[in-house]
Amino acid sequence: MEKKELICIGCPMGCALTAETDGVRVENVQGNTCKRGKIYAEKELTNPTRIVTSTVRVEGSTQVHQVPVKTESDIPKGKIFECVYALKDITVAAPVHIGDVILENVAGTGVNIIASGNA
Amino acid sequence: MEEYSIVIIGGGPAGLAAAAAAKESGEDRILILERDTRLGGILNQCIHNGFGLHTFNEELTGPEYAARFIQKIEELGITYKLNTMVMDISSDRVVTAMNREDGMFQVRAAAVVLAMGCRERPRGALNIPGYRPAGIYTAGTAQRLVNIDGYLPGKEVVILGSGDIGLIMARRMTLEGAKVKVVAELMPYSGGLKRNIVQCLNDFDIPLRLSHTVVDIQGKDRVEGVTIAEVDGSGRPIPGTEEQYSCDTLLLSCGLIPENELSMGIGVELHGATRGPVVNESLETNIPGVFACGNVLHVHDLVDFVSEEAGAAGRNAAAYVRMTEAEKNAAEKEISVQTENGVRYTVPAVVRPARVNGELKIRFRVGAVYKNRYITVYLDDERIIHKKKQVVVPGEMEQVILKPEMLAKHPDLQSIRVTLEEE
Repeated sequence: MEKKELICIGCPMGCALTAETDGVRVENVQGNTCKRGKIYAEKELTNPTRIVTSTVRVEGSTQVHQVPVKTESDIPKGKIFECVYALKDITVAAPVHIGDVILENVAGTGVNIIASGNA
Repeated sequence: MEEYSIVIIGGGPAGLAAAAAAKESGEDRILILERDTRLGGILNQCIHNGFGLHTFNEELTGPEYAARFIQKIEELGITYKLNTMVMDISSDRVVTAMNREDGMFQVRAAAVVLAMGCRERPRGALNIPGYRPAGIYTAGTAQRLVNIDGYLPGKEVVILGSGDIGLIMARRMTLEGAKVKVVAELMPYSGGLKRNIVQCLNDFDIPLRLSHTVVDIQGKDRVEGVTIAEVDGSGRPIPGTEEQYSCDTLLLSCGLIPENELSMGIGVELHGATRGPVVNESLETNIPGVFACGNVLHVHDLVDFVSEEAGAAGRNAAAYVRMTEAEKNAAEKEISVQTENGVRYTVPAVVRPARVNGELKIRFRVGAVYKNRYITVYLDDERIIHKKKQVVVPGEMEQVILKPEMLAKHPDLQSIRVTLEEE
């Protein structure tokens, strides 16, 4: 087992964690102040994921030119660039509402891109 | 002149939460004045996630967090005016404002809540030598250009300052195809949240150079490069440590300053450390009936705490409106909260024990990085709070909660002292 140090990003506390891992199992998580820290360490050391946020162009809105979007849930860290690249040429028509699906199954992750703003 | 019970200056997160809380406390005549084209304030351009963990127990983006409060404002039927600039507030709470529909107009308020937010420290306040070419932006300006207007301000970027907006923009510009070469931070520690260092810099292998600053900007019409150098303990560049980076853009993320021109016009006393109003336990300024909350009061890291603080300001403003003249004018004992051992300030800075209603939250920041300290509060000579922290840093606001029973034990309280102790 290898000892790893990482900073929990489960919330703004940013607890300094230590844990032991062999790449598959994670043991002896310390330094966390809530249960999310343990979950974060286990995930970050075996399968790191991120929510990705960006914007896409909007046509037909008098208010805005772009609408913010996000992945509906977290995706593998290694898929971040593929995800934003898939959004490059997307233009949506107003009206757009929070939660509307903008792109299904982004970058083969099984996760949808949804609107995170109204336009 | 139209009369309102509460007029709220600013329709960002603080103004919205204050308005909702005041309305829920039973005040009907509430008016929000907002200078932008929509409610929500800076949240509209903060498209990243991480908002709302404390308030809604889920992770939202800025626009989603704002939308929840805007929906509440609509549901509660609270009046607001957009595209409206407040010009002046008098000490008897006559608010002078203007917009294109109403022209110049005045309203009288029984209470005013200041919620104007803050501004970024610009280049002119930083004394960076060099020409004044195009390509130098504050991080928040770049954020607006990318996220609202849809422009990428540059392709090769150096960022000065490791405030949260700078870190967020390092990631955002990277995702939009720019190359962020380095983030230079004058201090020996980052001013941003740890999670932003992890997710915005480490994830993309962007180097963070602590104790470094920009000593030269090259380029006459457009930025062509910047030189950074290491600084010594007093912040002076060390000769011989210069490194040159070619780039077309320099982003500045060097601190936020509460926007208090209106407050000064009313005669509100400002705090030397926060540059926001000095407030008491009710978040009321030295001008009776004028309350403050959010980033105009002191710069926050988390919008969740802004909402909470603003909710208290809204409730306190509503309570003020319902007080009799005798209650408003009653002379109460005031205690200035003492700060020491690295505690730079507290909000509130003044406490009237007789006016404390329930728990009293005291928020503060420290002036440097301290490891293995106890956050300690003394009521007179009794150590009433002694909380171990592995680390306290300037970039993350701390808080202590004085419980009613703690205050009840000190009926003749003379002093409150917030400090850091080693044991």
